[in-house]
Amino acid sequence: MSKIDQSQFEWIGANVSDAESIKRPSTTYWKDAMHRLKKNKAAMVCLFFIVFIILMSVIVPWVSPYTISEQHLTHTDASMFFKDSTDGHMHIFGTDTLGRDIFTRIWAGGRVSLFIAFSAVFINFIIGVIYGGISGYIGGAVDNVLMRIIEIINGIPYLIIVVLLMMVLPPGPTTMIIAYATVGWTGMARLVRGQIMSLKQQDYVIAAKVMGAKPSRIIGRHLLPNTLSVVIVNLTLAIPSAIFTEAFLSYIGLGVPVPLASWGVLANDGSRVFQMYPSQLIIPAICISITMLSFNLLGDGLRDALDPKLRR
Amino acid sequence: MFKYIVKRLFYAFLTLLALTTLTFFMMRLLPGDPFIGEKAIPETTLKALNAKYGLDKPVYVQLWMYIKGVFQGDLGLSIHYNRPVNDIIAQAFPYSFDLGIRSLIFATVMGVLLGIVAAVKRGTKWDTVTMFIAIVGVSVPGFIIGALLQYFLGLKLFQLTGIRFFPITGWNSFASKLLPAFALSFGSLATISRLMRTSMLDVLGQDYIKTAKSKGLSQKKIIWKHAVRNAIMPVITVLGPIAAAVLTGAFVVENIFAVPGMGKFFVLSIQTQDYTMISGTTLFYGAFLVIANLIVDIAYGFIDPRVKLTDAKE
Repeated sequence: MSKIDQSQFEWIGANVSDAESIKRPSTTYWKDAMHRLKKNKAAMVCLFFIVFIILMSVIVPWVSPYTISEQHLTHTDASMFFKDSTDGHMHIFGTDTLGRDIFTRIWAGGRVSLFIAFSAVFINFIIGVIYGGISGYIGGAVDNVLMRIIEIINGIPYLIIVVLLMMVLPPGPTTMIIAYATVGWTGMARLVRGQIMSLKQQDYVIAAKVMGAKPSRIIGRHLLPNTLSVVIVNLTLAIPSAIFTEAFLSYIGLGVPVPLASWGVLANDGSRVFQMYPSQLIIPAICISITMLSFNLLGDGLRDALDPKLRR
Repeated sequence: MFKYIVKRLFYAFLTLLALTTLTFFMMRLLPGDPFIGEKAIPETTLKALNAKYGLDKPVYVQLWMYIKGVFQGDLGLSIHYNRPVNDIIAQAFPYSFDLGIRSLIFATVMGVLLGIVAAVKRGTKWDTVTMFIAIVGVSVPGFIIGALLQYFLGLKLFQLTGIRFFPITGWNSFASKLLPAFALSFGSLATISRLMRTSMLDVLGQDYIKTAKSKGLSQKKIIWKHAVRNAIMPVITVLGPIAAAVLTGAFVVENIFAVPGMGKFFVLSIQTQDYTMISGTTLFYGAFLVIANLIVDIAYGFIDPRVKLTDAKE
């Protein structure tokens, strides 16, 4: 082995600024979370499905040649991909017992179901954050009373309250939203309360208090933003539950009034002729299930992305 | 312990009171009058009728009478069947209870087992398959599973093989109980298995499991003696809500499989707008579940003594 001469090396000295320089682009918490979410294939597929279903629900009822209540009495209970010879249009999912185009009804129903689910969850979010925020921040006797109220509401199975409310209020999507929102906010309120209670012990909150920040600033600026990740995950997981409630209520005959369609109503209609025309139940069933599944898996993915500590 | 039980009892009572009051006001908000629709009733007769049923009294007296009636077990007369609601419940509830208990047991046993398998074999294909079953179970409503089972296992399998493995409807032979019980339990099974897996993973990471391992205990003993006993706690807490889910889920599953239980009556009473029947069954379900929750809470207090300690602290 040849001897390596010292002259071959050059002393370049310590370059502090180079050694300490930041080579990677700086990233925020949310960017980092998004990056982790993008790597989760299942969650991305689910996100794609959700976007697809929302787009279809928005677009199809507009562009479809049929309306949701238009009847084609010459070909009722038509099979899938039935081609109407009179006007040349195709019933992609066939027609139902009253001769209505199922493809149009499915996506119009998707509109109603998703609208109900999103609105109900949004209302839950507003009530839950305010209620939980107050309870957690003030604490003491107020917290005690507010939490006992939740305990009592939670003692009654929510579907039973929803059924009772649906009997009294006039049928329609708004009623469904109200009924679900009346009882659905308790979970969110508990969650926010727990988060706020642990966060308000943190040093930075005490520091803010010492510097004279008003409670509104502490809550709005320091506490709520830090509960956001948990809240987002919870919202994503609440949507399938709202979709299920809508489907369940429609299925037992408390759904949106005719001729409006929702997935639950369509599943209910389909179940009557299930033995002869299974596709009429299976199509709405697949829509309900895929949507619920997608939101559930996306929620799991978001949880992993937003809080990597919890990852199992 | 005594204080804890008393506290739980008190909440159960308050919940029942809230439910009864809620039902009362719901019934009052409904449009219509009980004596409308008959031929024109003379003023004096109407007055006498109102007096007989206490409708001339102030609302709070009526509420009190209603609450008293409900707590004494009087749920009124079904408008549709013209029979006491109590009778109908007494006749139909045993079927629902039978179905519910079967589903609950199946869901708990299978859910716990699947959760254990998934946690112990974490990261393998066992885990993936189990968690896939779980996520599907959470995402597919019971009535869809019921209808699909009925179609494929009840009808198609019969048409293919000519042997009736599973009757499509009814509630008599053991085979006829399999499909409804399975359809009803699937969602709860999924919830329980997910919960069990998480809790099991948590316990398996504890130091005392390491100690047990380094002592040289067998895997079997570690899992069943040390891990499962501690991991099963969260499952017990959700049994109350799970019972609620099973009971309400039975509304539709009973309809699909024509089980002569309460679910069928409940759905029918909604469709025929039989208000006393609805309020009666609602109250009954509510009370049943409040009591189920109470039992779970008290049982939990006995099993895990830490509960009442944390409860007393707050």
